[in-house]
Amino acid sequence: MSFPISGAHISPIYLAIMGFVIGILGGFFGVGGSFIAGPALRVVGLDWNFAVGTDLAHIVGKSVVAVRQHRAFGNVDLRLGLIMAFGTIAGAEIGAQLIQMLKRAGNVNLVVSIVSIAVYVSISSFMIWESRKTLRSKKGGTAAPTSLAAKKHDPSSFDHVTRSIQGWKIWPMVNLPASGVTISLWVIIFVSFIGGLFSGFLGGGAGYIRMPSMVYVLGIPTHLAVGTDLFEIIISASYGTFTHAVKGNVDILIALVMHTGAAIGAQIGAICTQYFAGPKIRLAFVPLPLIGAAIVIYTLMTGHKI
Amino acid sequence: MKKETARTLRAFAIELAIYAVLVVGYFFLVLHFLGGGLQWLERNHRYTYAGAAILLMIGQAVVLQNVTTILLRLIRGRTK
Repeated sequence: MSFPISGAHISPIYLAIMGFVIGILGGFFGVGGSFIAGPALRVVGLDWNFAVGTDLAHIVGKSVVAVRQHRAFGNVDLRLGLIMAFGTIAGAEIGAQLIQMLKRAGNVNLVVSIVSIAVYVSISSFMIWESRKTLRSKKGGTAAPTSLAAKKHDPSSFDHVTRSIQGWKIWPMVNLPASGVTISLWVIIFVSFIGGLFSGFLGGGAGYIRMPSMVYVLGIPTHLAVGTDLFEIIISASYGTFTHAVKGNVDILIALVMHTGAAIGAQIGAICTQYFAGPKIRLAFVPLPLIGAAIVIYTLMTGHKI
Repeated sequence: MKKETARTLRAFAIELAIYAVLVVGYFFLVLHFLGGGLQWLERNHRYTYAGAAILLMIGQAVVLQNVTTILLRLIRGRTK
């Protein structure tokens, strides 16, 4: 099938299947999945700039589907998502500026590669340690939560640190009844800003950083962190889509075709979260940042950006 | 329990098959006709194109989710 905006010729079946797979990952883990979609679009010959912009557009649609499904299960904290969107957008802008500074200094590729490998491996190592420890301990219930109250009780071996962060009474405090958390606004802004910073610095939506930090720093139950992260992604990815479209980097027809598969995948992913306890979702999340690290190491070693 | 799982999987397989037919029709009818207009917008009115792109994406998301929900409800009703 020919896509006149980007001038690419790509099989719609390939796009729909790719969207389906990324949709399942997004619905289940609350990530955009650009670490797979970007290379998958590049492989079929789409220019890098179109791959980035078009992927963002498809993420908007996929997240809308997943959020509607998660919302039906009570997994979305709208207040938290709206606050986080501000921090994410500000962070993304500064991350993009940092990239420009490094470009001028002439060592952007090496710095970004080393930082991203360190971040990805650290997240995976920490999550595998924490989720396994929680699952082994008595408090780590392995049964899937059957009610909203059960979802709010999401045990973690990192609870003591999370509770002490929630204890910082820095005005203004924000009450998040949907998540069962009261926390300083500045902590929320800080977490979302860091997520946005990595998004602007490393590319993609940075869900691999935001989802774990919502759980471990803010103390949001895993199911709600997944749903709320997706809601926040709708806002930040829409912003990204708009800016990329203005720069001529979005082929919306490719995104629409990808989304036909993602719409089903995202629903399946969201429904699947209902059958897993929080620590199990966190343990299953571990390979995602490692895939990101593997892609960066491959790029660093071969010089081919995939 | 096994019967219930088999019924759910069967309903899902039927839904996927019907959905695939609808999607193929959508590729060739709607996207084919939209292509020219969107390309013109992208070349001449970037801001309008950017807004239209987001609206199209969200609109398709809502429509497809409703289609899949209705399909699943219909198919589950019949298999029961």
